[in-house]
Amino acid sequence: MNEAVATANMAQGVAKNRWAWLNVWTVGTVLIALMAVAPICAVIYLSLTPGDDIWSHLVETVLTDYISNTLLLMIFVALGTLSIGVGSAWVVSMCRFPGKKIFEWALLLPMAMPAYVIAYVYTDILEYAGPIQTMLRDIFGWETKREYWFPEIRSLGGAASMMTLVLYPYVYLLSRAAFLEQSVCVLEASRVLGRGPWRSFFSVALPLARPAIVIGLSLVMMETLNDFGTVDFFAVNTFTLGIYDVWLNMNNIAGAAQLSCMLLFFVMFLIAAERFGRRKQKFHHTTSKYKALPGYELPFKFALLATIGCALPIVLGFVLPAGVLFYYAIIHYDPYATSEVLGHAGNSALLSVVAAVLAIAIGTFMAYGVRLRKEKTLKFMVRFASLGYAVPGSVLAVGVLVTLGGLDNGIDAYMRENWGISTGLIFSGTIAAVTYGYLVRFLALSFGSVEASLGKVTPNMDGAARSLGHGAFATLRKIHVPIIRGSMLTAVMMVFVDCMKELPITVILRPFNFHTLATYVHQYASDEQLGEASLAALAIVGFGIFPVIVLSIAINKSRPGHH
Amino acid sequence: MSFKKITGMALGAFCVTMAASAQAEEVNLYSSRQPFLINPLLEAFTEETGVKVNMVYIKKGMLERIKAEGENSPADLILTSDIGKLDNHVQAGLLKATSSDVLKEKIPSQYRHPDGLWYGLTTRARIIYAHNKRVKPEEVQTYEDLAKPHMEGRVCTRSGKHEYNVSLLASIVAAKGEEYALEWAKGLKKNLARKPQGNDRAQVKAVYQGECDVSLGNTYYMGKMVTNEKNPEQKDWAASVFLVFPNQADRGTHVNISGGGVLKGAMNEANAIKLLEFLTGPKAQALYAEGNFEYPIDENAKLHPVVASWGKFKADEMDLTKIAEYRKIATRIMDKVRYNN
Repeated sequence: MNEAVATANMAQGVAKNRWAWLNVWTVGTVLIALMAVAPICAVIYLSLTPGDDIWSHLVETVLTDYISNTLLLMIFVALGTLSIGVGSAWVVSMCRFPGKKIFEWALLLPMAMPAYVIAYVYTDILEYAGPIQTMLRDIFGWETKREYWFPEIRSLGGAASMMTLVLYPYVYLLSRAAFLEQSVCVLEASRVLGRGPWRSFFSVALPLARPAIVIGLSLVMMETLNDFGTVDFFAVNTFTLGIYDVWLNMNNIAGAAQLSCMLLFFVMFLIAAERFGRRKQKFHHTTSKYKALPGYELPFKFALLATIGCALPIVLGFVLPAGVLFYYAIIHYDPYATSEVLGHAGNSALLSVVAAVLAIAIGTFMAYGVRLRKEKTLKFMVRFASLGYAVPGSVLAVGVLVTLGGLDNGIDAYMRENWGISTGLIFSGTIAAVTYGYLVRFLALSFGSVEASLGKVTPNMDGAARSLGHGAFATLRKIHVPIIRGSMLTAVMMVFVDCMKELPITVILRPFNFHTLATYVHQYASDEQLGEASLAALAIVGFGIFPVIVLSIAINKSRPGHH
Repeated sequence: MSFKKITGMALGAFCVTMAASAQAEEVNLYSSRQPFLINPLLEAFTEETGVKVNMVYIKKGMLERIKAEGENSPADLILTSDIGKLDNHVQAGLLKATSSDVLKEKIPSQYRHPDGLWYGLTTRARIIYAHNKRVKPEEVQTYEDLAKPHMEGRVCTRSGKHEYNVSLLASIVAAKGEEYALEWAKGLKKNLARKPQGNDRAQVKAVYQGECDVSLGNTYYMGKMVTNEKNPEQKDWAASVFLVFPNQADRGTHVNISGGGVLKGAMNEANAIKLLEFLTGPKAQALYAEGNFEYPIDENAKLHPVVASWGKFKADEMDLTKIAEYRKIATRIMDKVRYNN
């Protein structure tokens, strides 16, 4: 890429000098990165404030539980989402079997389901007092728990299953987009050279899709690390639960911030390790020959297997829980609550749209800014800036509080000093603060998918466009955006759906008398009143379906050369 | 310079608008109590006094928000449940000493801060729910009984780290010392029928279904279940248990409060106190009882019939600030016995 930039610079007659960094892309990228980094730095700052020492206590008691539970949860969720996500993406993209057209989009549906909601629903169904175990007891005449064995839903395995069911769509989405962007030529070459379909998948298609799959998986992992609702409800002692415990029960925000920083370093280490693992590999497409995907006709036995395999996650992750919610919503129908929920739905949708559009604009700007200038510091800053996803939501929200509070009170002090007027709080406790929180948290989503997608566009494209007289912005608009728009749309929709579900940031940062669907669900769900929460939960899911459908249409069209 | 002027003017105009809005009769509230619980009370307050209540419901991070907003925080008043949360705000130096004859008269002294930093608004007792048939009343008379060998495999509780359980354990630390509390927690952990999970209501459901024989829970869950028309099955759960108010022969049953306090720098201090006074009054106390079956803070107030049906009991009169102080130790004990594993 250095060559590309150099070519471009020469084409514009700009000699490299020590002010070369001073352009809108670099400065803009640095500024945005600083804004995104500020709350994370605030968390690091909090970790340095005085507080009781928690470490000796934690090391002696529960730290090993926190770490082992978290690692096990991550491993289970990773295995689950990878096998469901990549597997279904591959068969749906490459093979023909009954229901394929429906599965293409329906596989995304569970994404709209908040993990804590699905956890409540399944607990209702599967716990000892639930209908399934009651039925089993009636049939077999068992009277107590000791007489039979049934998997415990409120367990590590249960939490991993719940998260797998709602998080696999991230992997599915990104790996499917990657499979669709692949040239069939490399697969055909592999087959011609004697590899069967399975080996071609594992030795050619999968490695080529690795950057996209890794992004999907890292999103899943960060969501898993971040989850509070599910693990709290199931009382699975994870690291995040430990952070909240130290913070709220021991009244020790410094200790909680220290634990959060530890989590942050762990995530940075994982990301670095993965990048190191593929450091010398390049994933630019080397050919622009895109013929239609083959669409292997599966033999009956395999077709049946594919249909069941694709239907199962949809039924378990969406149809069943949505059905239960729907049932509750009808039983608990209350016209007053319904009008309330509608009002909150407007807030949720508006806020999520604004955040999603801003996130993609900023993410694209940053990814392209990094592509233009390959400086290590800039790269590091941008990567660091997109770590907001790795910090537990409430802790990050406290980081945002500290940042905005500092800014507001700084301005206020300055204005009082120089003008004798008090400005009070300008940003704190406003919709802008909530939007800022969303952006910091979900920048990883938009930046990550755009960066991965841009990485696949060969630098020769930049070189050609720039030497033909286009500036950096025109090149982005005319060359890159059309190529990567599939990924951009994916990112917009992912951020939208995530904002609809977002809870901790909204709760802590919102203005007076302001509610979203998620906060409405939370006030009842926190009291285990699923019935009262069901309508709003269903609304979150309903709003999530719309982007999911748009998304799947767009992805189908995203294959280069197919419009 | 001109830029400075323009921003200065713009900000000035902004402030005037802000100041204008601050003049209206209102009170700004940060609450960790759910809107569905307290909105009816706030609406009644506005109706009676004409003072508008603005609220943000924040469960986690309320203290950090007030701290970060600093002197300019718009919040006048906080409402939370559990003494621990109120005390955290005291420790952070966020609450203001206020005095009100009405509050002093209505609230017994153990349920308010000596300097008027916080005031209890309702009380709830942490009691034992025991199965009608499988448990004999003499088996569980005290919290201590729950940790004894005869209860092995028969107890259900929610997470040991939940504030209600932490405060209960803190009250045991306060009454009998840290060593005994550790032994108690060990014993209780040993007696659990299942891994701690769910909320207090879910434990009664488990007792009903035969997973365990006794559970720990706050009093108001009984009221919510007995009267639940939307989920009538909960009436069956409630019917399967009897209530034990523990330790009647000695220190009394552990009682916690929900309460509120005025913040330093409150712009609407008078209205904030007015709201607190309203919340201790008969109308609000009746609404509290109707909505959530809590005990009124005013000992002379009339009880909700459901609440009255549980009878009178002796409450542990240990200083609540002591209990708040021991919460850290209690949390660590829960870690030491790995209660939630």
